[in-house]
Amino acid sequence: MSEYLQTERAQSWREELRKNIKNKERTEFPRVKMPEADPEIRSHNYEEVNRGLSLEQAMAEARRCLDCVSPNCITGCPVEINIPKFIKNIERGEILEAARTLKETSALPAVCGRVCPQERQCESQCFYPQKLKKEAVAIGYLERFAADYERESGNISIPETATPNRIKIAVVGSGPAGLAFAGDMAKAGYDVKVFEALHELGGVLRYGIPEFRLPNEIVDVEIEGLKKMGVKFETNCIIGKTVSQEDLQADGFQGLFVGSGAGLPNFMNIPGENLIGVMSCNEYLTRVNLMQAADDESDTPVYKGKRVAVIGGGNTAMDAVRTARRLGADEAMIVYRRSEEEMPARIEEVKHAKEEGIRFLTLHNPLRYEGNENGQVQRMLLQRMQLGEPDASGRRKPVAVEGDTVWVDVDEVIVSVGVSPNPLIPSSFAGLEISKWGTIVVNPDTMQTADSPIFAGGDIVRGGATVILAMGDGRRAAKAMDAFLKNKTL
Amino acid sequence: MNKIVSKEFLSDNVVKFEVEAPLIAKSRKAGHFVIVRVGKKGERVPYTIASADTGKGTITLVIQRVGKSSRKVCELNVGDYITDLVGPLGKATHIEKFGTVVCAGGGVGIAPLLPIIEAMKKAGNRVISVLAARSKELVILENQVREYSDEVIVMTDDGSYGQKGLVTEGVEQVLKHEKVDLCVTIGPAVMMKFVSLTTKKYDVPTLASLNTIMVDGTGMCGACRVTVGGQTKFVCVDGPEFDAHQVDFDEMLMRLRAYN
Repeated sequence: MSEYLQTERAQSWREELRKNIKNKERTEFPRVKMPEADPEIRSHNYEEVNRGLSLEQAMAEARRCLDCVSPNCITGCPVEINIPKFIKNIERGEILEAARTLKETSALPAVCGRVCPQERQCESQCFYPQKLKKEAVAIGYLERFAADYERESGNISIPETATPNRIKIAVVGSGPAGLAFAGDMAKAGYDVKVFEALHELGGVLRYGIPEFRLPNEIVDVEIEGLKKMGVKFETNCIIGKTVSQEDLQADGFQGLFVGSGAGLPNFMNIPGENLIGVMSCNEYLTRVNLMQAADDESDTPVYKGKRVAVIGGGNTAMDAVRTARRLGADEAMIVYRRSEEEMPARIEEVKHAKEEGIRFLTLHNPLRYEGNENGQVQRMLLQRMQLGEPDASGRRKPVAVEGDTVWVDVDEVIVSVGVSPNPLIPSSFAGLEISKWGTIVVNPDTMQTADSPIFAGGDIVRGGATVILAMGDGRRAAKAMDAFLKNKTL
Repeated sequence: MNKIVSKEFLSDNVVKFEVEAPLIAKSRKAGHFVIVRVGKKGERVPYTIASADTGKGTITLVIQRVGKSSRKVCELNVGDYITDLVGPLGKATHIEKFGTVVCAGGGVGIAPLLPIIEAMKKAGNRVISVLAARSKELVILENQVREYSDEVIVMTDDGSYGQKGLVTEGVEQVLKHEKVDLCVTIGPAVMMKFVSLTTKKYDVPTLASLNTIMVDGTGMCGACRVTVGGQTKFVCVDGPEFDAHQVDFDEMLMRLRAYN
C-alpha cells in the first residue's frame, strides 16, 4: 500500500506541483467556506443546503494540501481513498482524473463527499489540525466537488472490470455496505446481484437521509454507475422470505454478502409512546423520503406537526427535526439528555439546524407523553438532567436533577434513540452466530461469518454506524470473499 | 411488476384477485401477508395472503374497498400489473394438532382465515368455523370454508342468512357445549376484541391476526406497533398473530384512526 502511494507521489507532475508553491505559503491560505443556501429560505424547501464549491474555490483549496510524505488522512478514511492524489489532480485542474482516483476505492464518492463525518475521519488526521493547529484541508468538500464535476460533465467514468469469471454472488440490501461490496466484486469480475426488500434502491441513502442533505438524483447516478459495471438489481425481494438460503444455493450463488441494515427502531418504553403523533424517526423519514408523503399527490400521509419534538442527538435526529421544519413546524426542537458537546451528530448538522431555527433542549429527557381524547399527543413531561461522571462510553453520564421537571406542549414527537439490527436475516438463516444485540458476528478483518461463504457488514454487524463505515465493511468483505473463493477453487 | 390473472367480485365491495407471484406462492405459509403498492405515488399497504397456487405461480388476495389505496387496487383488472408486491411477510401461523379449534372470521377477514382453517384441518384438528358478516352477500368463501370445517356456523347482523347475531354469539354457542383447545380470529379489530373477551371467559387460548397501519412491513418503521402483555411489539415482524388475551385492542383501535 505505502509503496504504491510513494510511487504515485513520485510522479513528475506531483513533484512539480510541490515545487510550485512553498509549503509555508500553502499553509497561509485560509480554508474555503462551503456556500450554503439561505437558512430562512431553505428551511421551507428541500433544496440541498450545501451548494458545492466552484472550480476556482476547489482549485484554491487544493493548494492547501501539502502532499505529505506519509499522508495520515488516508489512514483516517475507512475506504482508504488516495486523498493526496485526488486533491493534487484538482490543484492541476485534472478534475476528471481526480474523480477516477476517488472511484479506485470508493463506490459512492458523491454520497461520501456529502454525508461522511470527515471532521472525525480523514480531516481529523490532516497535518493542519495535527501539527499546525489550523483548520484541516477541506477533503470532504473537494471529494464532493470532484464527483459532482464528473457527473455534471457527462463524462462519467466506469471503473474497469476484470474478465467475467461467471461466479454468482448475492448481496442482501442495496444500502451503502451492499453497494460498496457489489462495486468491488464487479471490478474483480464477479457476477453480482443485489436484492432489495423495498421498492427503491439505496437503502438508508434513499429512505433515511433527506433530499436537502443528499439529493435522490445523486444516489440514482451512483447506482446507475454500478449497473454499467454489470451489477444486477432486484427490488421487492426479501432474502430469507421471498427467496430462501436454499433457493440461492440452488440458483448457483457461491457467495453471499449481508448488508441488511439496522431495522428495528428503538423506543424508550415510557408512558404515552404509542399515542397518535408519536413515531420513530425511521417511520417519519421513510414516509417523507421514500414515500414522498409531503407531496400532495402521494397517497402516503404524514403528520405535519406545528410543535414537533425530536428525541435524540444523532444525525438522524437532525435530519428529522430539519425535515419537520420544512414540513411547516413553527417550533421544531431537539430533546437530548446530555449536553451539546456529547451530541453524536456532525457539527455541521447541528450548525445547519440552529441556523434554520431549531430549538435545542439539551439536558432534558422525556418521562411521559399525554394525549387528548382522540389519543393525539399533546404534551410531554421532560426531566431536567445534569452531567455526572464519565460512563463506559467516555462521555459524562447524564443524571436526573431530582424533582426538576417541565411540561412542554407538542403535537408530534419523533423518537430517534437508535436502531436495532434487522431481524429478518438472523431469524431465517441457518448457521449464523448472532450476538445478544441481534447483530451478525463476523471476523472483523474479513467480515466473514464462521468458515462459510456468507459475509456481512454495515449496521447488521455494527448495530448502528455511518455510511462510510458500512462501505468500508463492504470493501473489506469483497477483498476477503474474493480470496476465500479463489482459495476454495484452487 | 406482478400481473393480475383473475378478478372476481365476492360482494359489491370485496374483490378476489389472483396475482402472478411465483416466488411468493412457493414460499408463503398460512398467516403470511404481502405489501402491495399501486402506482408511483401509491401507498404501501399490507394484505394477508388468502391462498396460493404453486402450479400456476399465483397468490390470491381478497381486498375490501374501504379507502383510497384499497380502491386503487380494486380498480385494477385482469392483465393489469401491480406496481410493487413484496412478501411473504410476518410469521406463519403455528400449526399443530391442538384438538378442537374454533376459527372465527368476520367480513373480509374470512379470506385470510381460510388457509389457517385448511392447515388446521390437515393437521388433524376438529375445526369449527364461525363466519360473521353484516348481511348474507357479505358472507364470503363459505363453500371453501365448509370443505375444511367439521362444522360451520354463520352469523349475520341482520339475520338475512344463518343466525341473526354477532360473531361472539356464534363462538359462545360452541364454547358452551364443548371443550375447545384453541380459537383463531381474524376480522375487524373491534370484532377480534370481543371474540377475545368471550374466549377469555372460557379460558380458551386465542390467536388474533392484527392488521395495523404499516409503511415498510419489514420491521423498519414501527408504525404497526401494538402493546401485547404490556410490551411493545411490531405486527410486521413479531406478528401478525398474537395471543389475543394479551393484546391491548383499545390502543390498537385508537392507532388505526391515526390518519383518519
